[in-house]
Amino acid sequence: MALTNSPSGHSRLRWLVVAIPYLWLILLFLAPFLIVVKISLSATAIAMPPYEPALDFSAGLGALWQQLKELSFDNYVFLTEDALYWESYLSSLKIALISTFLILIIGYPIAYGMARARKEWRTTLLMLVILPFWTSFLIRVYAWIGILKPEGLLNQLLLSVGVISEPLNIMPSTLAVYIGIVYSYLPFMILPLYATLEKLDETLLEAAADLGCPPIQAFWKITFPLSLPGVLAGCFLVFIPAVGEFVIPDLLGGSDTLMIGKTLWAEFFSNRDWPVSSAVAVVLLAILVIPIMLFQNAQKKASE
Amino acid sequence: MAGKSLSTGKSLGPIRRAFAPWNDPAAKPFIQFQNVTKSFGDFTAVDDLSLNIYEREFFALLGPSGCGKTTLMRMIAGFEEPTSGHVMLDGQDLVGVPPYRRPTNMMFQSYALFPHMNVWDNIAFGLKQDGMPKSDIATRVDEMLALVKLEKFAKRKPHQLSGGQKQRVALARSLAKKPKVLLLDEPLGALDKKLREETQFELIDLQVKLGMTFVIVTHDQEEAMTVADRIAVMDQGKIVQIATPAEIYEQPNSRYVADFIGDINLLEGHISSTEGGVTTLDCDGTGAKVQVIQDGGAKLGDRAWFAVRPEKVAISLSPPADPSVNAVTGEVWDIAYLGDVSIYHVRLATGATVKATITNTTRLVERPITWDDKVWLTWSGDGGVVLTR
Repeated sequence: MALTNSPSGHSRLRWLVVAIPYLWLILLFLAPFLIVVKISLSATAIAMPPYEPALDFSAGLGALWQQLKELSFDNYVFLTEDALYWESYLSSLKIALISTFLILIIGYPIAYGMARARKEWRTTLLMLVILPFWTSFLIRVYAWIGILKPEGLLNQLLLSVGVISEPLNIMPSTLAVYIGIVYSYLPFMILPLYATLEKLDETLLEAAADLGCPPIQAFWKITFPLSLPGVLAGCFLVFIPAVGEFVIPDLLGGSDTLMIGKTLWAEFFSNRDWPVSSAVAVVLLAILVIPIMLFQNAQKKASE
Repeated sequence: MAGKSLSTGKSLGPIRRAFAPWNDPAAKPFIQFQNVTKSFGDFTAVDDLSLNIYEREFFALLGPSGCGKTTLMRMIAGFEEPTSGHVMLDGQDLVGVPPYRRPTNMMFQSYALFPHMNVWDNIAFGLKQDGMPKSDIATRVDEMLALVKLEKFAKRKPHQLSGGQKQRVALARSLAKKPKVLLLDEPLGALDKKLREETQFELIDLQVKLGMTFVIVTHDQEEAMTVADRIAVMDQGKIVQIATPAEIYEQPNSRYVADFIGDINLLEGHISSTEGGVTTLDCDGTGAKVQVIQDGGAKLGDRAWFAVRPEKVAISLSPPADPSVNAVTGEVWDIAYLGDVSIYHVRLATGATVKATITNTTRLVERPITWDDKVWLTWSGDGGVVLTR
């Protein structure tokens, strides 16, 4: 007690509180990331681990320096030489972008409906959105196989109704990947959108109507601009993981569905080329983080 | 000076003609509620109410929260539709007309400024909606900014403004379209007392200058008295009294109105005589006789209440010439010293308390009348009213 009450104890305690999130980030994000960066600068080797030089701190500082000098950017150069990687990145970005757009279009009306629903219903609706999380993500994607495969539930239904005479080949295909991503990431769009829309002051819409603005115009002039923070948060929450998505293209996509997550996995496990796959991961991070940081900076300036 | 100008026969300047279209049977009402009822489920917010508001009038709807005054205003704006009855504006039935097609504008209690737009765009919003040419919009917005003295703040966002500035933006925005009726929903509730009082006078000036019809909703009786030409006092979805501020204050028609507006003393009794334009009330308990110059309003034998304002009650240590009429006696129970006035709470033999307000005209700290003094309270025959409800 005496320690925490003394001024020095106080400041120490404050330091500790501030330090915890930083320690967490250093330990669980920065350190692993630096290891990945280091591996990406190494060369492949038939060894355990399958790259060299393996960092060996026991050999002393001199040896460590020697090892660091052996690091090279060869793997990054290699990424630019093989079209597969660029195509994978671009295809991932395209799939993620289109999916994010689709999810926004589907998620916005749902979130809007929830936010405008009667108060006593809102908690229930929110629960229904969160409910799928109680089942494993993997199992839910597997369930889509059961629905989309040629002899799956969807084709059976359409055949029995007579809409089609031949089963549709939805899976495996890029279309199935879109369906999987839209389904899986929809809640991540709905939740932040709901949070901003629910806070929206409805008297603003009354004020707009009072000044001569019909409801649909009021939506575009008032509701939508004011929900932009939620739109952005939702888009980031969906877009970022969708770019690196591996499970969905692996299970629902065909061989022609290029996504960087799949490429990375193949590099890591099939080719056992840890350095190249690490380079793929580092580039992926750079592709995502740098534009996001620039964008957020711009946002901050705009709001001031 | 006044005497001189009178003697030379010159006028004293424009004489303010009394504005009272409600007394003119030929005057056409501008806003009309005809037997309007509004229910929300089981709750009746407005109950078979009829009301006329005239052009250029500053009309106040006054009442406690839940009395239906806001619902009434929202029916003019179009945010609520009456369950039955008609709301007319300038001869046109408003029922079924959506709010965005009504020639009324509202200043919201929360101001409801669009947070993503700056002051200029907020004020221009309604004008753009009307498809006004760009140059006209700019002229009109600048005019409005000048009117509320916010020229320097045009590019600010609402969150960068103080409460008083937001209030002005809201006012400018609601006036920009030159509405036929300006609706003010508790417009000054969020301001501190000094600013509120200043703004009240600015509102009156503005209303006179623009020649618009203003309808204000408020629960603050002083605000209503200050700004309005007429006040409607509401209770439980009905109008209890509509009159000018002075009439409401001096001639309340019921204990509810008397009690709601200002401070009041009530003495209960029964009517013992109504002869010769004088109503006599025998008070219960004390047997004191109250004689009021009042014709009608009460019948012989009625249960009634004598209502008199504290400032119309005189307090004295010695009994009046005729202590049997318009006088009661008691002990000073408490004194509230408010600086400008002191309020004496006098307890009668019956246990009832009567308040008398005395203006402190001298700087004496020691007052001649103090706690536990035996005092006489008196009033004149036209000091109060006899109420039967």
